[in-house]
Amino acid sequence: MAEIQLREVTKRYPDGTEAVKQVSLDIADGEFMILVGPSGCGKSTALRMIAGLEEISDGDLIIGGERVNDLAPRDRDIAMVFQNYALYPHMTVRENMGFALKLAKEDSSEISKRVDEAARILDLQDHLERKPANLSGGQRQRVAMGRAIVRSPKAFLMDEPLSNLDAKLRVQMRTEVSRIQQRLETTTVYVTHDQTEAMTLGDRVAVMRGGLIQQVDSPKNLYERPQNLFVAGFIGSPSMNFLPARLEGDTIKLPFGDAPMPDELRGKLKGDGKGRDVIAGVRPEHFEDAIVEPDKPGLKFSAPVTVVESMGSELYAYFEVESGGVQSAELVELAEDAGLSDLPSHGGDGQQVVARLAAASGARPGQKAEMVLDTQKIQLFDPDGGKSLTAAA
Amino acid sequence: MEAASVPAAVERAGKKTKVRDPAKPRTPWWLWLAVAGIVVFCLFPFYWLLNTSLKTGADLSTSALVPPSPTLSNYEAIFRDANFTIALKNSAIVALVTTALSLIVGSFCAYALARLRMKRKFLILAIVLSISTFPQIAIAAPIFKLWRDVGLYNTIPGLVIPYLTFALPLTIYILTSFFKEIPRDLEEAALVDGATNFEAFRKVVVPLAAPGLATAGILTFIAAWNEFLLAITLTSSTSARTVPAAIAFFTGATQFEQPLGTISAASVIISIPLILLVLLFQKRIVAGLTAGAVKG
Repeated sequence: MAEIQLREVTKRYPDGTEAVKQVSLDIADGEFMILVGPSGCGKSTALRMIAGLEEISDGDLIIGGERVNDLAPRDRDIAMVFQNYALYPHMTVRENMGFALKLAKEDSSEISKRVDEAARILDLQDHLERKPANLSGGQRQRVAMGRAIVRSPKAFLMDEPLSNLDAKLRVQMRTEVSRIQQRLETTTVYVTHDQTEAMTLGDRVAVMRGGLIQQVDSPKNLYERPQNLFVAGFIGSPSMNFLPARLEGDTIKLPFGDAPMPDELRGKLKGDGKGRDVIAGVRPEHFEDAIVEPDKPGLKFSAPVTVVESMGSELYAYFEVESGGVQSAELVELAEDAGLSDLPSHGGDGQQVVARLAAASGARPGQKAEMVLDTQKIQLFDPDGGKSLTAAA
Repeated sequence: MEAASVPAAVERAGKKTKVRDPAKPRTPWWLWLAVAGIVVFCLFPFYWLLNTSLKTGADLSTSALVPPSPTLSNYEAIFRDANFTIALKNSAIVALVTTALSLIVGSFCAYALARLRMKRKFLILAIVLSISTFPQIAIAAPIFKLWRDVGLYNTIPGLVIPYLTFALPLTIYILTSFFKEIPRDLEEAALVDGATNFEAFRKVVVPLAAPGLATAGILTFIAAWNEFLLAITLTSSTSARTVPAAIAFFTGATQFEQPLGTISAASVIISIPLILLVLLFQKRIVAGLTAGAVKG
């Protein structure tokens, strides 16, 4: 067990491109740190540098107080779980799990004791003599975990370990990973592109984009106080709605009406009297059906609903607002990552907004719905650079 | 796709014959006939060799499908002949050493070609392969001259070295493609598990490339075992002469007898290791060991 520190770590390829740019990150002993971001953001490269599978071009990597930049992976005492598990196909489950110990020249009774112990934790006792080819996806995933935990290493590195599982199993294994990490209290760095995994698993989450860390924070803070548009849009499902807005005095002029400035921002964002363009971020759950909750304070408006998705416990109602749309590099990248960049709802005239309403809501496609927006929860972003005005205040 | 075709197959099968396993359509009789024809065509020469090896004296000139009076005397004769037994030993040494060296050196080269980020990798592979296209007759005379000068003429290393020059390109080519198929993650997993680069190669990559090693090894062994031109050019006595060359020096039991029977017997004997080898490793060659390495 050990803490891991990255000091301005950079990965530069021979052609000059930088996959990771001066990333600094302190991971405490026993902490579960998530690196999350869209594909190509450098999260996997960062993990592979910690593992020693990629050379560090610049900066220092410190594991347990020791600078390990120049150590081979075998000398770093870390275990890694690969996305495709990378089980040795010619070895049984027992041999797979004991391979590292065998290389470390542990004696066979000790190896067998520790493998049995790990197998018990992971419920793999019945499969120890089987080959990986004869295991199900979930079992293979557990063997990959087992291979990491038998070693009691300084740290676990996990590279999208659940992304090859089907949705139901993924949720189950997510709990399992969390349980194992809490039980072993081993420092863990976990890479994922799935923000749900990031939010549910991590003690802290580092959101990356374009080789840079955007924000490192607890899942709750990331959600409630994102520092920029990218983090705000990346974290949360369905994503935050972004609307063009204008600040005039203590009023936020939104496409569907005027909202008072949230209390905590009041007085801090005084324009110079002429007003100022901003991007307003509204989480889907901060809308509510005004008929279901007539007493809820906030901005009331009616909107023509185009699509309603029922989740059983709640409804997602989509409606369009007339506006010029929001333009920002961060949002373009988010849309590209989600594969939405070609869809007309992005960058078109009307802007699609999603509201998360109570299941009792009477919202119907093609009809107008009365909605209320909790104006206290509106977040404001600078359209120039995407910095959060809310978090800065 | 499969699900859709199954009911149709059942229907077809049901009309003609009794209902059979629908997944396995009946092999038509003409296919069996064709297979039988090909087998006879391929194996008949070998049968004739066997046939001849069991005949002596006047029988050798008959063309009967079954030897009139089968005898093992030709076999007894060749095994009594020290020239043959020593040649057999030489053949075994040359073929085994060539195979072992070619696999060891070849696997290192192939691993480098498969894994290292090198410029012009394809060019290197192409040059390596082009070596194997030289006609042997073109290199036999220069090697003969060279070996006479450096003292490798009529020695076992004098045969192994030129054999390696044509065994290595093939081995490297086969193994490169096998190594490329092995997911890089497996080696990385081994490195993180505490293996050195060489341990990762020896304990993970090599076992997984076993079918490739078996294929390359068998092809090399067969080539070295059967090689005739260099064997007869580069040897002058029994000290290094291999069986194919030794057979050329066979004489009859008496001066007036044709050595046809003993030549056939010797040919049958040297075919046996090859047949055994292929039968033994057949499964290994066919089996894909990487199944299950990565999520299937």
